[in-house]
Amino acid sequence: MAAKGLADKVRETQVWKSIFRHGPPDNARNRAAVVAGNVFLHLHPIKLKKSGVQLGYTWCMGGLTFFIFLALTVSGVLLMFYYRPTAEYAFNDIVALREHVPLGIMREIHRWGAHAMVITTWLHMFRVFMTGSYKPPREFNWGVGVILLVLTLLLSFTGYLLPWDQLAIWAITVGANMAKATPFLGHGGPGASLARIGDFVMVSDKNDVRFQLLAGRFVGEPALLRFYILHCVFIPLVVGTLIAVHFWRVRKDGGISAPL
Amino acid sequence: MKELINWVADPIRSFPIVCILFYFMMKYYRVVGTKKFLGWSLLFTIPVSIWFAADPNFFTIITLPDNIPIIILIVLVGFLQWFTFYKAALNDNRLDQGLGPIEGLPENREKVWCWPNLVYTELFMIIAGTCFLVVWAILFKAPLEEPANPTWAPNPAKAPWYFLGLQEMLVYFDPWMAGVILPGVVVVGLIAIPYIDTNPKGNGYYTIAERPIAMWGFLFGWLVLWLYLIMVGTFLRGPNWTFYGPFEYWDFHKVVAEYNVNLSEFLWIKWLNTPMPENMFVREFLGIILSLAYMLVLPPLMGMCSYGKKMIEGVGQMRFYIFVVLFLLMMSLPIKMVLRWLFALKYIVALPELELNL
Repeated sequence: MAAKGLADKVRETQVWKSIFRHGPPDNARNRAAVVAGNVFLHLHPIKLKKSGVQLGYTWCMGGLTFFIFLALTVSGVLLMFYYRPTAEYAFNDIVALREHVPLGIMREIHRWGAHAMVITTWLHMFRVFMTGSYKPPREFNWGVGVILLVLTLLLSFTGYLLPWDQLAIWAITVGANMAKATPFLGHGGPGASLARIGDFVMVSDKNDVRFQLLAGRFVGEPALLRFYILHCVFIPLVVGTLIAVHFWRVRKDGGISAPL
Repeated sequence: MKELINWVADPIRSFPIVCILFYFMMKYYRVVGTKKFLGWSLLFTIPVSIWFAADPNFFTIITLPDNIPIIILIVLVGFLQWFTFYKAALNDNRLDQGLGPIEGLPENREKVWCWPNLVYTELFMIIAGTCFLVVWAILFKAPLEEPANPTWAPNPAKAPWYFLGLQEMLVYFDPWMAGVILPGVVVVGLIAIPYIDTNPKGNGYYTIAERPIAMWGFLFGWLVLWLYLIMVGTFLRGPNWTFYGPFEYWDFHKVVAEYNVNLSEFLWIKWLNTPMPENMFVREFLGIILSLAYMLVLPPLMGMCSYGKKMIEGVGQMRFYIFVVLFLLMMSLPIKMVLRWLFALKYIVALPELELNL
């Protein structure tokens, strides 16, 4: 009784009222206000079909993917305080992180979170396919989702290099050698040997797509810097933008799918 | 017994078995999608998994910290695949009786408040997800190997697990196909799905009977060509990308006699008993014709058969041919696999002069 009295008192203070501009969400008006008036909640519809909130229908995998993306952003920013992307420091910084930060689990959260995000993205797509939710009017948003899936894998791929250990450089070497085989654009790919004028070779290992990816002919320090910037800045910005488009279109295309 | 499983696990045998299992699973999804089936399969799967994990060689592979996610993925996909069959079977039985899907019942169409219904679910999921990640992070340390050494390559050098399906394709295709063209086809094909599949049914509820082509095509790609190949690449490939059974020790000195022959060598040397022609296009003409026919002649032929005609009537020429071309590109992988196993065929078209090997 006393606690309830105290809660009511808090709700009447000027501070509380300045933050939450509506009463407790226990009636229709306030339930609408709490969702519409909050920047983090306003992407939700105020009311939605019951099947759209049933876990058996949605699996919550898209939401979990977004949650893990945020968890990865937070843990990633914390890791950036300890990490320098140079061949001299990268590996030693990870070792130092492991040995000198008591109870540190941020690298673990970041690594396992990255794996988990790949899994939840796939399962989200699996669910969306099984419920036919890509069908009109949601065709475009399915395409945005596929791009987000590719970007998720690229985020994982670029992040794989950063510890600068044996696993890192050789996994990236395997991947980058695929780029070498791109038709016409990689120096080991079909058609590249045709692209020459006399003695002048147009596609060589000094200018093909693998060179652009690695900033060199092998996985070296320039590749580390390039992957670091792609991983920490460029791809997250693109992903963040596309997530906004993806969520916006979920709303604009009629919310979570349901029988027509 | 373990010898037998090692023997069966070789893709030569396990791939056809997986395909047959896939066929029966899809055909009898209404039987698969019952609680009884789930119960019996758990009764079988759990002891078998424990028995598998009790083997020291298999245990070493599955407990690599970087392989834990695949175990989680397999368990989740196994359950969720059953779950979609369960939901689809319930709906399809109702649709047979002329009733609508469960998702469309009035009580499910009813509108509910976002607060608290959805917001509380999300809050619960955030807390559960945080707990899960923290527990995982405490239980398993993030691995860190020796410092990068460009002069010494580990064997096998494996990509992250979610790319191992692509790396496994390298057994059957050159990098330009396995690493560039086919992944590109996967991405383009996925984006194209909603524009090809004009079937208005099955929008917003679980069903299989109402969209058979979409289901068979997508699930074959997802379960067999993607997930199965990832499992092969992770659990069954050791040093030099040689096959190792699940209970087999990764012996670096295992030698596998493998001699693969190009189609042109079959043609000129084996069948015609003549030396290989000088001109590379003459040499490879059979493979070139076969490959071109596969991509250019087969689609119109498929469009002329009765089933193809019916599909063209339904979706139009453009959609039909895009679908067929994407489908044939997808099927080029299992076709190449089977040719390799049956005839030890290396390349259908072998033009190393142009780096163009198919």
